[in-house]
Amino acid sequence: MCMINVKSVSKSFGMKQVLKNITLNIAPGEFTTLIGPNGSGKTTLLRIIATLLRPNSGQVTIAGLDLNTSSHAVRQLLGVVSHHTLLYDNLTAYENLLFYARLYSIKDYANRISMVLDKVDLTESKDILVRTFSHGMQQRLSIARAILHNPRVILFDEPHTGLDQNNSVRLDQILQSTSTSGNTVLMITHDIKHALALSDKIAVLHKGEVVYQGSTAQLSFDEFAHKYHEIINV
Amino acid sequence: MYNNNQYTKTSQYWRAVRTIIWKDLSIEMRKKTLVSALLIFSVMVTLVFTFALDLDKSTKDNIAVGVLWVTFVFSSTLGLNQTFANEKSQNSLEGMLLSPIDYTAIFVGKFISTYIFVIIVEIIVVPMFYILYGIPLFSPLFLLIVLLGSFGYTLVGTLLASIATRTRAREIMLPILLLPVAMPIIIASVQCSNAILSGAHWGQFSNAFNLVIVYDIIFLGVAIMTFDYLIQE
Repeated sequence: MCMINVKSVSKSFGMKQVLKNITLNIAPGEFTTLIGPNGSGKTTLLRIIATLLRPNSGQVTIAGLDLNTSSHAVRQLLGVVSHHTLLYDNLTAYENLLFYARLYSIKDYANRISMVLDKVDLTESKDILVRTFSHGMQQRLSIARAILHNPRVILFDEPHTGLDQNNSVRLDQILQSTSTSGNTVLMITHDIKHALALSDKIAVLHKGEVVYQGSTAQLSFDEFAHKYHEIINV
Repeated sequence: MYNNNQYTKTSQYWRAVRTIIWKDLSIEMRKKTLVSALLIFSVMVTLVFTFALDLDKSTKDNIAVGVLWVTFVFSSTLGLNQTFANEKSQNSLEGMLLSPIDYTAIFVGKFISTYIFVIIVEIIVVPMFYILYGIPLFSPLFLLIVLLGSFGYTLVGTLLASIATRTRAREIMLPILLLPVAMPIIIASVQCSNAILSGAHWGQFSNAFNLVIVYDIIFLGVAIMTFDYLIQE
């Protein structure tokens, strides 16, 4: 059974068709990266999977649950790290996580919060207001927020954007540990290096269509970069 | 009779509502910008009306209730414009939309926290009016109409703020959308307040009073039925 099943999904905004008949299957525990140029429809697809947008046609299921009919149950299974941190600047790190823990009805929230803070290395900053955090710290807290309720599927929308080298390496470690804990991960990025280093499978989205899908095993950076540029320059 | 599943859903719903109120109040306690801005604005409006117009006692008595409601309406609109401001900077509204809660809990939570801020302002403005205008504003029926009128205005305002927050000119958009829709409750509240303070009997203002209650009930229903659709893209 697929964990994420996207079947013939199309989406238009007004006259502009952003996604054209997309079909994508992601197995449980798999780390898949969706790569493509700006405006190719990556974020729109991710937002549809995250239940934030409805497709015009097609069907999306997560762990067998249809997004249209079981959106509450699906949202319990999903963790999303987006362009924005979705955090409150005037709350502390702990208060932000407490807010989300209550929304997700997490029973043992105190333990769970300290566990995720530890995982993203922010335990010592838990009582500090988020507005004083660096971008890297905010991004790590955003990941803590996304994994707080122990979701089976985690969606990352360009998580490396704006991070310096150190924070980027740190983020890679967190992403890898998230993936090895058995979560299914779908990441969007522009960065081919990160895509190849972290994921099991890679898919290229171009002009609203999936134009390439394949395993990253035995795929070298040069080979894929050449292929990718060939695809998007057609 | 609730079964376990319904009970869990209901308790989850109210937990989400309480959490949203807790979050809004915690942020306001820390920032102290919204309530202080509302208070300064209300005090300024009241003082301008009191001292800029050189009125005799009877004219003052006639316009006092109107001025009071203008103060409430303007300051509430200012507050309503900030209803979703905390959610704007990091798009945290999306964080709530991603969580497995009934979206109307977001509306109810946001409405209650805004209503609390409006009531805080009213608690300060009403005694100030009493001092400046010398009108006995502490009749229970008058205070009830203030609460019911503000309830309806804040209710519609919160609903429209959720639409306006997604538009580019949201701070201009909210008053433009809100004032025409809220006109019936503003007029009925002013009529009721005037009648109560002038000692009119129930029959003289019962229609206006009932209109306020019906407006509150209708818009509570409309808000709960439509918020789900309004908040999603």
